[in-house]
Amino acid sequence: MTTPLADFRAGLVAVFPTVAAAVPFALILGQQATAKGLTPAEMLAMSSIVFAGSSQLIAVGLWSTPAPVAALALMAFLVNLRHTLMGASLSGKIAHFGRLRWVAAFLLTDEAWALSERRALDRPISRTFYFTVALTMFFFWQTASVLGTVFGAYLEHPEAWGLDFAFPAIFIALALGFWKGARRTGPVLVASAVVAVAVHATVPGAWYVIAGAIAGISAAVITAPRERPAKALAGETTR
Amino acid sequence: MTIDPVNFAAILAMGALTYFTRILGFLIADRLPKSGPVRVALDALPPAVLVAVIAPIVMSGPIEAAAGLVVLLLALRLPLIATVAIGVAVAALLRFAFL
Repeated sequence: MTTPLADFRAGLVAVFPTVAAAVPFALILGQQATAKGLTPAEMLAMSSIVFAGSSQLIAVGLWSTPAPVAALALMAFLVNLRHTLMGASLSGKIAHFGRLRWVAAFLLTDEAWALSERRALDRPISRTFYFTVALTMFFFWQTASVLGTVFGAYLEHPEAWGLDFAFPAIFIALALGFWKGARRTGPVLVASAVVAVAVHATVPGAWYVIAGAIAGISAAVITAPRERPAKALAGETTR
Repeated sequence: MTIDPVNFAAILAMGALTYFTRILGFLIADRLPKSGPVRVALDALPPAVLVAVIAPIVMSGPIEAAAGLVVLLLALRLPLIATVAIGVAVAALLRFAFL
């Protein structure tokens, strides 16, 4: 059994690479927000209240004066709809959080979700682990996006440094943990990848994540062995 | 250090709808059966979402594809932070060399 201190440490170790990946983008977010006339206080408010990186970057791109409230809100909803899939998967694994689950939902990011799902493969997700990861991300995202309103201009081209590749690299490494053999995981990966790439190339917006994910889980359901309890249990042990 | 009321309204609206996407999954999952095809689908969700996020990025160009392959191989051996650091360095070097 793990102690809170051990979970705290494990959370810090797990979240460190994702913080390093997120900080440059928060700095750029702040810099772009300033260019659109948003104040540091508004940046702080957005990073605290919305706290969803890609939707914030797109929002700042769309921002004008006066702010197009309905368009911004609809965009945030569509871009963040992937959180619904993540929440559906995470829900049962943090049921023991009780009412704190609704706070956990507020702090749910791609990164906190992916690290927690990876953790759940090995052991239950403790409150300490989840909130260490989620609150650390929250703290650094806010701090760096506000600092970006002041210093962001120094980090103009993150692609040249490969920094935009940190986020996919983290996800590739985490995805490996979910491999349960070609028979079970193969169809999921192929369906998800093919549909995500096709939708990304043809449909504007963030629909490709939803489309790919639905294709992947459909493939899992279609290729799953017929409901025979003994067989299903044998499959479980290959984790 | 000022906040414009219209900007604040936009931020609140974005925040409210974003929070809605975050709790919606919990609300749905609480009402779903815990066995059968739904269970299979939920078990497959994490890798399906991860791959759907990654695939278009990795397929966006030869440099991204090469760096992605390097990360995949490194991740089998190295801890996350080393994998990510080398992956970022490889992407930067390839871009420096070929762009």
